[in-house]
Amino acid sequence: MKATLRSYITGFVLSIVLTLVAYALVQDHVNSGHKNYSHDFIIAVLIGLALIQFIVQAIYFLHLKKKGDARWNLLAFLFMSGVVIVVVIGSLWIMANLDYHHDQTKDPKETSNYIIEDELPSQQETTDQTKSEHPSH
Amino acid sequence: MTTTVLDKNSQKTIFGFWIYIMTDCVLFASLFATFMILRNNTNSGPDSAELFSLPFVLTETLILLTSSFTCGLAMLAAHKGDKKRVGAWLAITLLLGLAFLSMELYEFGNLVAEGHDWQASAFLSAFFTLVGTHGLHITAGLIWIMLLIWRILRTGISNVNLRRLTMLSLFWHFLDIVWIFIFTIVYMIGAL
Repeated sequence: MKATLRSYITGFVLSIVLTLVAYALVQDHVNSGHKNYSHDFIIAVLIGLALIQFIVQAIYFLHLKKKGDARWNLLAFLFMSGVVIVVVIGSLWIMANLDYHHDQTKDPKETSNYIIEDELPSQQETTDQTKSEHPSH
Repeated sequence: MTTTVLDKNSQKTIFGFWIYIMTDCVLFASLFATFMILRNNTNSGPDSAELFSLPFVLTETLILLTSSFTCGLAMLAAHKGDKKRVGAWLAITLLLGLAFLSMELYEFGNLVAEGHDWQASAFLSAFFTLVGTHGLHITAGLIWIMLLIWRILRTGISNVNLRRLTMLSLFWHFLDIVWIFIFTIVYMIGAL
């Protein structure tokens, strides 16, 4: 997309529309007492809208394109996108996994399914109590 | 009316600046990841749904978006060699940017005054780091715009000034793109 008045106006109008749609969706959902849509669905839609607006601005404001000198800009951009995806999704994945193993809201009986035998909370509590009853000098 | 085109050397400089922006994206990505992981660790304090005002954030967003647009218009005027229009559009961009920054600082000030500062919880630490880093970039951009208006009004749209303006507009559009994600991830999803 070449830098013309038309491209800037298109990008501007599309961005405003996408922002307002996201805003209206959230406002509507909150006003309805979080009943309009499922939680995961609305998060997916919001992320989708953000990604569309991101692409709109990259094309109409930053003028990323495949041909000409801008090709190298695009290449660097794609490499950056790869790093960003690994950093963000990788971090969320690892932390969610650790969180699962530390989840205190789960039924304590289930704990033995994923914690090694000598790390069971009940045993640790007893050792902790014995320590507090006999403070070290 | 003369048309100003960048020479080969300036294009290389701009490509270098583009690489810097890409590395800045990685910086923001790690801050976003940190925020998303810590967002629910509120230390029994209020979460984002209780703390943030949605209409206030929408106004901020539209102001920054408009400033990104006027920055593009300054770029167009520069390619036409229209010095006064470049100055005017940049001045409007500067004012909108200042309005945005004032609103952000007002929000920060309110949060801190109510005791919800960055030491209150992991969630707020991550929030202030992410949004504050964006605000620092905006501050740097505003100083840059001021200097560039002064340079362009004094020495006209020379090759050097056109190169500076091209890099500035890349930087400013980039900050608006980062804000789309702050708007969505911190404020919109936070309000759910």
